[in-house]
Amino acid sequence: MTELIERPAADGGDVVVVDDHGGAGHDAHEHHGPSGLLKWLTTTDHKVIGLSYTVTSVLMLVIGGFLAELIRIQLATPNSTFVSLAEYNQLFTMHGSLMIYLFAGPFAFGGLANIIVPLQIGAPDMAFPRLNALSYWLYLSGSLIMLLGFVVAGGAADFGWVGYAPLSNALYSPGAGADLWIAALLLTGFSAIFTGVNLCATVFYLRAPGMTMFRMPIFTWNLLVVGILILLAFPVLTAGLVMLYCDRHFGTHIYTVHGGGVPVLWQHIFWFWGHPEVYILALPFFGMVTEVIAAFSKKPVFGYKGMIFATITIAALSLGVWAHHMFTTGVVLLPFFSIMSLLIAVPTGIKIFNWIGTMWGGKVRLETAMLFAIGFVITFLIGGLTGIYLASPPLDFFTHDTYFVVAHFHSVVLALVMGGMAGLYYWGPKVTGYRLNEPLGKIQFWLWFIGAQMMVVPQYILGLLGMPRRIAVYPNDPQWATLNQWATAGAILMGVSTLVFVVNFLYSWKRYPVGNNPWDAQTLEWFTTSPPPHHNYYSLPPIRSERPTWDYNHPDQRSLAHGHHEEPAPAGAPA
Amino acid sequence: MKVEAKLLLYLGLFFGAMGIVYWIWSGENAGGMMLMASMALGFLPGGYYLWWGHRMTARPSDLDDASIADGAGIVETFPGSSIWPFTLGCGTFFVGLSLVFGVWFAVPAVALIVWAMLGAVSESRRGGGHTHNAHG
Amino acid sequence: MHSTPSRPPGAGRTTARRGRLGALALIGAAMLLSGCTEPSFGAYKSVTSQGRSTFHLWQGFSIGAIVIGAFTLLLILWAALRFRARGNDETLPRQTQYHLPLEVTYTVIPILIVFALFAATVVVENKVTANPPPATVIRVYAFQWGWQFTYPSTNFATPTVGFSIRGQETNTPEMVMPQGENVRIILQSVDVVHGFYVRQFNFSRYALPGVQNIFTFNAQSTGTFFGQCTQLCGLYHSLMFFKVRVVTPAAYQQWLAAELAAAPITSSIAASASVRQQLDSGVPVKPAIGAGVN
Repeated sequence: MTELIERPAADGGDVVVVDDHGGAGHDAHEHHGPSGLLKWLTTTDHKVIGLSYTVTSVLMLVIGGFLAELIRIQLATPNSTFVSLAEYNQLFTMHGSLMIYLFAGPFAFGGLANIIVPLQIGAPDMAFPRLNALSYWLYLSGSLIMLLGFVVAGGAADFGWVGYAPLSNALYSPGAGADLWIAALLLTGFSAIFTGVNLCATVFYLRAPGMTMFRMPIFTWNLLVVGILILLAFPVLTAGLVMLYCDRHFGTHIYTVHGGGVPVLWQHIFWFWGHPEVYILALPFFGMVTEVIAAFSKKPVFGYKGMIFATITIAALSLGVWAHHMFTTGVVLLPFFSIMSLLIAVPTGIKIFNWIGTMWGGKVRLETAMLFAIGFVITFLIGGLTGIYLASPPLDFFTHDTYFVVAHFHSVVLALVMGGMAGLYYWGPKVTGYRLNEPLGKIQFWLWFIGAQMMVVPQYILGLLGMPRRIAVYPNDPQWATLNQWATAGAILMGVSTLVFVVNFLYSWKRYPVGNNPWDAQTLEWFTTSPPPHHNYYSLPPIRSERPTWDYNHPDQRSLAHGHHEEPAPAGAPA
Repeated sequence: MKVEAKLLLYLGLFFGAMGIVYWIWSGENAGGMMLMASMALGFLPGGYYLWWGHRMTARPSDLDDASIADGAGIVETFPGSSIWPFTLGCGTFFVGLSLVFGVWFAVPAVALIVWAMLGAVSESRRGGGHTHNAHG
Repeated sequence: MHSTPSRPPGAGRTTARRGRLGALALIGAAMLLSGCTEPSFGAYKSVTSQGRSTFHLWQGFSIGAIVIGAFTLLLILWAALRFRARGNDETLPRQTQYHLPLEVTYTVIPILIVFALFAATVVVENKVTANPPPATVIRVYAFQWGWQFTYPSTNFATPTVGFSIRGQETNTPEMVMPQGENVRIILQSVDVVHGFYVRQFNFSRYALPGVQNIFTFNAQSTGTFFGQCTQLCGLYHSLMFFKVRVVTPAAYQQWLAAELAAAPITSSIAASASVRQQLDSGVPVKPAIGAGVN
């Protein structure tokens, strides 16, 4: 069923955007079409698809988190026999794979991005709605296939979420678990690629009148850059996986020494995808946090153009740093990757200072979303600083593959989860029309924030004491045992925090309805109803800056103009 | 479309420069190749937008002072509810299984995929189950 | 700066400054206390000269990281707490959106810091990866799931062992090295990627199949140091320990002579010349692992 979206002309000022069922003010709920399960299976509405992505990815977060708790129980005591060596290898492989492939990415660019990007630019939907739906079904298929690994003989994949060759070839990892892992990543890879196409096309082609590129919100800008990164990186992973599959089943010798292949080629291909991937994961959360900090400081984003410049620089540099994951191979050009990796700290620092500048001189309201955003900035600062050590090859030589690295990236991703929670608490009311309970949210935040630091700080120390990663047992050293127990306690706190979130979600179900703009936020999506109507906007305000809703609500509080624009007209003048 | 073009072209240029420096300095072919391909990915759409941007009239979304009324009229046709993405998704699920458990899974896989392709194309052509015209 | 937030005069400013100094003092004290007797910032002083350079680089990076981190963290907390909305205050703050000189400053200064870090890195990196003429050459073969150390000039190889439990020293493969001399290691894997890691040398390197990784140690003091595989290599990855025993050059020669006198082990992975030749030419050898591994 196709719908024509039309904006009837008016004499000026606000204009009504209608769907194909009639004139202004027609109730969209009289929409004909399927209902119930069939409606979900056939939806092409970006809000429904985004919600499906969000729910599925949070489910993957919970499953991955459960695997993490099992890992931490195993590591709480030395020489533990809670799980076997073989089971442990599956645990951390699937924990990492679920979290990175099935939670973080889909949540960021499939979940909130799908819902929010069209709203933020005044578009009725994504550019290719059926492709968008297909992206979700590919993601769901891939997730199910990866989870199937737990029920096949031989168990799930057990060679780490990075699947290094030759360990991942047919000789050293026979069995269906590995092939399921590969098949799952092929499916989710295409899911991501199609979403990347949609993101770029939507932002390039479907912006509302007056919504020029440099008036888009930072979240949308970040997702546009993410879309480009996806198109650059994911096909590389797909190609690498196809080659791995061929090595496993068709007798090729791409990654094996015997036959003239090069095992380290897998690492080059994997990390050429792998490093842009971590920025694909991080940039959407950066964007969420940017929006939240601006809204809850009652100020515009500080250094708006600098933020965009920083995002583009991060993306550009991220294509050139992949082999900092390979410093210890001895076969990569160390100084090139070192300087590029160190340079990425600069735009990241710009972002952190811009977040500080946004809060500075504002009226900061420390509600749950803002707490999570600030927690993100602090935790990401720590994780980012430890990343600078890793950019120096001599320092990487003795921290690589130890718990120092594990702590570094957990600092970063636990920060990303905080950013995601900030996004959920901030945009949840817009999408559903209901808020979450604030006191429960604050309890959830503190449990997570404290738990995260309690886990990673001992892990930094453990890494420096010499504890390697991906080991199921460690020797009976009281210092190692104590540090590991603190880390386990931190992980348990984070598990409790997640339970609090679930409780909050259930408790707050339809309890606290909200209007269009409960936060007095600034960007375009806060102009429409909560939840938005079928094609997002009954009416649009004039768009004259990157804060159209704020300009509409506070016409006497416009931001200081950009350098080469004129001063905005005083309140009351025609748009 | 000029901003879009510049974004992609400058990225392509950066990847090309980085790729040349890297390839010559390291002699490592995989990375060099991938960076030059990244350059191509920036140049291809970027060049197209540059070419097209010069030939098109500015859209309302490119103008600083456009009013909402300027964007009046039909925005776009958006495919409404459609069963074909789900069907295609089921087909790809079976493709995944065929990679693991046996090539006979490719039979339902191909069947579902072909069915979905045909359905989606015909849906695009005739506008789906029932067509709506806008009034007013 | 364009925005001048309204601050209460006099007392408020002093309180704020006192608060900031107090916080700095607390952090400084915590740092000193946690650093115990020396500011190692968590890393190990290292046995080798290469590792010692790495350790000093770590100290330099740490000072920078702590200074920048503390400064930025204080700014974040200050911004979040000092500018809290008070009660029912409905007035809007000044809508400052940018300050170009400030933004340029915090772009340029980090770039300069990055170049300084890079310069220090290159100096140490060249020292650590240098391979001066060696007094001894030891070949290290990593395999699923153990280590073999071969002394090529003597055609002697340590016994092949499967995985070993740390603490049961008699089982752990041991590499013996002379103190104060350049010891060149030629590292190679027989099957999958392994990681050769000795914490007290501040060093690790992958053992790759088909690639010979060459690096040099110059151990400054004697002792026994533990090593472990750090790159996931399969089922018994967690148990792939080894030891490095540094002895005086005289003791090393004694040990070498004694081992040569004993019958060399022939059933080991890399002892036979033909196997070693295959390994060096890149042909993989699936080892027949000895007892204890299943």
